Amino acid sequence: MKFLCIECDRQMAFAERELPGDGTLAAVFACPACGRSVAMLTNPMETQLVSSLGVQIGGRSVPEQPFELTRSAVATGREDAFADAPATAAPAGRPVWDEAARERLGRVPSFVRGMVQRIYADYAAERKIAVITPEVMDTARRELGLEGM
Amino acid sequence: MSEKASEAPPAKARRLRTYAEVTEGDRSNLLGQVVAQRERVSERLATVRHVVAVVSGKGGVGKSLVSAGLAAALAGTGRSIGLLDADLHGPTAARMLGVREASLVVREGEVEPKLAPSGVRVMSSDLLLEEGAPLAWREPGHDGFVWRGTLAAGMLREFLGDVAWGRLDLLLVDMPPGSERLDTLAELVPGLAGIVVVTIPSDASYRAVKRAAEAARSRRIPILGVVENMAGYRCPGCRADGPLFAGDAGDRLARETGAPLLARIPFDPAVQAGIDAGETTAAAAALAPAAEALVARLGPEARVEPRP
Repeated sequence: MKFLCIECDRQMAFAERELPGDGTLAAVFACPACGRSVAMLTNPMETQLVSSLGVQIGGRSVPEQPFELTRSAVATGREDAFADAPATAAPAGRPVWDEAARERLGRVPSFVRGMVQRIYADYAAERKIAVITPEVMDTARRELGLEGM
Repeated sequence: MSEKASEAPPAKARRLRTYAEVTEGDRSNLLGQVVAQRERVSERLATVRHVVAVVSGKGGVGKSLVSAGLAAALAGTGRSIGLLDADLHGPTAARMLGVREASLVVREGEVEPKLAPSGVRVMSSDLLLEEGAPLAWREPGHDGFVWRGTLAAGMLREFLGDVAWGRLDLLLVDMPPGSERLDTLAELVPGLAGIVVVTIPSDASYRAVKRAAEAARSRRIPILGVVENMAGYRCPGCRADGPLFAGDAGDRLARETGAPLLARIPFDPAVQAGIDAGETTAAAAALAPAAEALVARLGPEARVEPRP
């Protein structure tokens, strides 16, 4: 889908995704000319439909992770079902996690934790962020559309 | 027309551009994302010579035992074999093949399948789920029927496309009862080599399996063969076969579908006990002739020389 700013006749650009609550997915689009923004709100059913397809409104900001849909959608997964091998790419440049970020990561269900950890680490490494903090996680979540992670 | 309306200035003529005319691109590109998912499956299966689904129209006919036995028999001859357990809600293949619970290793872009003692590479939802827990989805509290099928299809897609199957001579897909998931598999794997249908001798089984076979035929999916399971009862003492179920479903299905009857397997408590314990030697021996007949049906390129 595309959003058109009628006044400027410019296509609005995807800005961010949010989960404001009650299962709503908000995809924000802004006009690059006048700055007006609109939020496309999907109801819980539409949100779930999009999720169940394994696609992301606004496009993918990180490559699809292996078993991404399975790991994010299965509610009865075993805690130790996955052993995520450490990323091999540029290990020297891998960011470190501060205590608060580590604590927050620890609250992510282990079924999906390894995948989430890798996504945040890749995000930080690509932006040369040395330390992952909760603020970095929040920013990444908004930018990458990691709703619910 | 009211006076007020007639005094209003004429509306500015405005024509909104169409989707195609707005050319900066659709960053969401949902269709592109779906296509990319399909391509991921195609790329993954590029190193798999044949994908064959094992189906039945009903539960309880021993389809998973047949799948495990076929896989173990072929792996025992030196062929590279994978078994994907597509029965997401009732997975049994991993345990039948003796794969014990252990974490699945996730590496860059792929998940490593488990290697059974027989050499079969295995992926099953049984390896993911809590002990005794059903496959349940994170979802809002209502209307789940709308997307559960889509989620299951997505899980199957990931089992096909995200698992490091490597080079395989044959990937067997143990399907759930019924034919619905076969449609999904056929769409995800356009080069599906065909199906093996499993039945027991009874008329009830014949009717149910016939529907599954017809569903395959309507999709132009080749029916490679029929396996009649529980065709008699093998006495654990004297090893003689006696009657178990009345009927000739195997012969009838073979005759009506034009596919060969690959094997008629008696219910053998020794085979069942082995499978229950994750020991496939007896099942592999029982299914070996059917496995070779299946490979013959796949054509000469599938005839990998068995190792001595």
